[in-house]
Amino acid sequence: MQRQEKTIFQYIDKWTILLYFILTLIGWVAIYSAVYNEEHKSIFDLSQNYGKQLLWMGSSYLLLTIILALDFRIFEGISPIVYGVTLLLGAGVLFLGREVNGARAWFEIGSFRLQPAEFMKLGTVMMVAYYLSNTDAAISKLKAKLVVGMLLAIPVALIFLQHDTGSALVYASFIFVLYREGLSVNYLVFGGLSILVVVLTLLLDEWAVSISIAILLALYVALSRKKMKAFWRGMLVAGPAIAVIFSVNYAFENILEEHQRQRINVLLGKVEDYKGAGYNVHQSLIAIGSGGFFGKGFLQGTQTKFDFVPEQSTDFIFCTIGEEYGFLGSIAVLALYSLLLIRILNLAERQTTRFGRVYGYGVASILFFHVFVNIGMAIGLLPVIGIPLPFISYGGSSMLSFTILFGILIRLDSGRKLVLR
Amino acid sequence: MNPSNRQNLVIFIMLGIFAIFLLRLFYVQVIDDSYTLWADQNAIRKVTIYPARGILYDRNRERVVVNRPIYDLMVIPRQLEKGMDTTSFCKLLGIDKTTFVERVNKAKNHSRFKPSLFQAQISVEEFAAIQERLHEFTGFYPEARTVRSYPYQSSAHVLGYIGEVNQRQIEKSAGYYQMGDYIGIGGIELAYEEFLRGKRGVKYQYVDVHNRIVGSYKEGEFDSLAVSGEDLILSLDIELQNYAESLMVNKKGSVVAIEPSTGEILAFVSAPYYDPNLLVGSVRGKNYKILANDENKPMFNRPLQAQYPPGSIFKPIQALIGQQLGLMGPDTRFPCHGGYRMGGHTVKCTHVHDRLNLEESIQFSCNPYYCWAFKTMVDNNPGKSSPEGYGIWRDYIAAFNIGSKTGIDIPNEVKGILPSVNYYNKIHGKRWYANNIISLAIGQGELGITPLQMANVMAIIGNRGWYYRPHLVKQIGDGQGATVKAEYREKISVGIDDQYFDVVLEGMQKVVDAGTARLYGKLDSMAICGKTGTAQNPHGKDHAVYVCFAPRENPRIAIAVIVENSGYGGVWGAPIASLMIEKYLRGGTKRKDLEKRILEAKLL
Repeated sequence: MQRQEKTIFQYIDKWTILLYFILTLIGWVAIYSAVYNEEHKSIFDLSQNYGKQLLWMGSSYLLLTIILALDFRIFEGISPIVYGVTLLLGAGVLFLGREVNGARAWFEIGSFRLQPAEFMKLGTVMMVAYYLSNTDAAISKLKAKLVVGMLLAIPVALIFLQHDTGSALVYASFIFVLYREGLSVNYLVFGGLSILVVVLTLLLDEWAVSISIAILLALYVALSRKKMKAFWRGMLVAGPAIAVIFSVNYAFENILEEHQRQRINVLLGKVEDYKGAGYNVHQSLIAIGSGGFFGKGFLQGTQTKFDFVPEQSTDFIFCTIGEEYGFLGSIAVLALYSLLLIRILNLAERQTTRFGRVYGYGVASILFFHVFVNIGMAIGLLPVIGIPLPFISYGGSSMLSFTILFGILIRLDSGRKLVLR
Repeated sequence: MNPSNRQNLVIFIMLGIFAIFLLRLFYVQVIDDSYTLWADQNAIRKVTIYPARGILYDRNRERVVVNRPIYDLMVIPRQLEKGMDTTSFCKLLGIDKTTFVERVNKAKNHSRFKPSLFQAQISVEEFAAIQERLHEFTGFYPEARTVRSYPYQSSAHVLGYIGEVNQRQIEKSAGYYQMGDYIGIGGIELAYEEFLRGKRGVKYQYVDVHNRIVGSYKEGEFDSLAVSGEDLILSLDIELQNYAESLMVNKKGSVVAIEPSTGEILAFVSAPYYDPNLLVGSVRGKNYKILANDENKPMFNRPLQAQYPPGSIFKPIQALIGQQLGLMGPDTRFPCHGGYRMGGHTVKCTHVHDRLNLEESIQFSCNPYYCWAFKTMVDNNPGKSSPEGYGIWRDYIAAFNIGSKTGIDIPNEVKGILPSVNYYNKIHGKRWYANNIISLAIGQGELGITPLQMANVMAIIGNRGWYYRPHLVKQIGDGQGATVKAEYREKISVGIDDQYFDVVLEGMQKVVDAGTARLYGKLDSMAICGKTGTAQNPHGKDHAVYVCFAPRENPRIAIAVIVENSGYGGVWGAPIASLMIEKYLRGGTKRKDLEKRILEAKLL
């Protein structure tokens, strides 16, 4: 027993764990600044969010230790169960959950809230990895695409029903996982182009964008030698593009909710509304922008301290860092995430099982997407979508679920050599 | 594509996006500094601390002008909430919705971030009710101010009033004044603005998102304290002033009383007068209009700005100059014959006297006597031509501060009229004589003298030849060594030797004891020197003029009274002056009937 214990912790990736610890500590200090209260100056005060976050961090560290102590072989086997249970929770919350800010996404247990959506990500990553690993399915095959699509669509649908658009969007990040497993690069290109077309359509006018595409197509055909072949090849891109263009406005007007439309209009600069839909982002930008190069210093951020930014400790926690630690702080946080992501992708690549690799890419993709959307929103590059900044934002569900997500990867990694034996 | 390329592309995309974020962050945090301003405007509120304006006391340290606290309601448009309950807010302030919208728009036009005045000068009582609910309305906050209050409700023409600075004054002040500051407008408030205003203080405070003050900015490093304005001690005796005002009720004219030994003005009345409280606070605009349109011109500062021909009160001055020139003496006699004839024109006298001597000429106010005297001084000044003679005479008159400003310490004084030699050269050519300008001899014609100048002449005669420039502020500040402005400490001589005053004072005392003022100007056991006059008024009934000082030796008060369109100085001027002398020197009068008659007289 004693010997085995030693073995387990011998192989865990200490640098990744260190990055994890640093990020959670940064989060704790940032939350302290964000909700600083003169009457509760102690950062350990459990009546305040920073005290509670410390509890969540403690629980997470404990959970991490437990996961690292488990047999790494069980994770693959329990994947369908985890997927099933998290989906059940996600469905249950629709009926039993408590409604907060228009989203019925939380279970309330005593004074604690549990958000199933946070854990569904875990279940889904495990299930996708399980499916690809066990069937050895090639993702280039239609069947595999359909199955994976189904596995993703169920949680997405449940989350949409909970009116939690932000968490649903996270599943888009699986495109990186699938790409690594053999999905054509065209999907990435197409995805990128679609985003470009959507943004242009919203910014300009559907006809303007369509005509531009038609002109580009005509130019392409005119400059090619084999005109017919060029035309059909071009239509392959232009056709879907025009379809996207005309579905954008429909989706914008009919599928999105009013507050989402407003947020997008504010983002695109079509509406200047510093008091309504644009308030959060505007205040967030003021906080970050006023931080300057070196920042205002610990507890010196006026935007932060005097509550000008809403959701300061959760969705807008990056403001606190930007304001109090300036551009240097921003670089530091982005650098830490970059290191963590690169490290995780390297861990994923060195896995000896397909399950481990897919799982690793899933972890990296989800982490990346959270950081991308959260910071992008805080600096006014993306619409306001409320999802937490991993390991930093205040909140138990997010902290625990990311820790599990992360912990399982570390455990898989530390056991990878045993698989070979 | 091999796996490691795929990994690299994923890493490239992720880090590429982070790189875009860093560029954006670099722009927002390092290059674009507008967010710093936004943050400061969010969280730092500059609160102006207005200094208490100096208080005005009378010579007996009675408070004549005090400060009364009021509140200005300020608005910061950006902080207004969309869901604000405008209806109850309007009800609270007693305004309608249109006014509300107008004011908010006006404030927005000024600045969305900086506070603008929303409602000015809310009284303490009204504000108490507003304050209870003000916290419900984000974006509004009160600023404590003070306005002037006048417990004695008098002396409006002396005190002036204050109002908000205008754009031109702000620009001219090189940064001293800001929008919303008060500045003296007229009177002492204007003339002593730099002493009264004090120094504005400023306090920078942090406010949170709910606009609550949460602390001071940088431990008050940039704060400054307000410095109160200097108090002023006026020369006025407020009791005498109020008494004089009450005597002038329903009359048009002026009363000016000076303490001859100091030049301090004891009373300064322009009638009709008004309660200075009318020009305070939100009612000022309305009341100002009413006063400005009043046909009796209550805003006209008569003692400073009304000019009258001096009439007979010019005679004692002439008597002094004639002696000083060596051309006349106590025994100089001129014929009366009821008129001074020259060519087809006659300057008439009210009576037919014998040949009077100098003292009698004053006592009986003999017009022909002074025509002869004037002719003597102008035409018969040895070795001088008539214009030269006039020039010398004129210089003496001018020494009595006639035809020039006295330099009183409130603005808008006029200098009066005293024609120069050149003036007559232009009219009459190089050769002209006393007879060409004979009206001057009896204080008529091209002469203009203000009531203030008349009172000052009395102070000069009472002092036997010198004066201090008349002034209204006796002392600036109440610290050690507090004093008046330097120009009021300079003793000025008029160039008439002491010995020549005896006969003039004797004549003037006889005016009171046995002459034109004997009925109402005389007081038991008090030697008063006076002179009645009648200023001709081409537009209606003549103006009654009476000047005097008392007691004859070491006089303590010199007075000029003008009651417009009332006729003889002896009938209306003398009683007012003598009642004031009694009030000032004896604390009140025993002649209650006379007092009652004057108080009730309506001469408008």
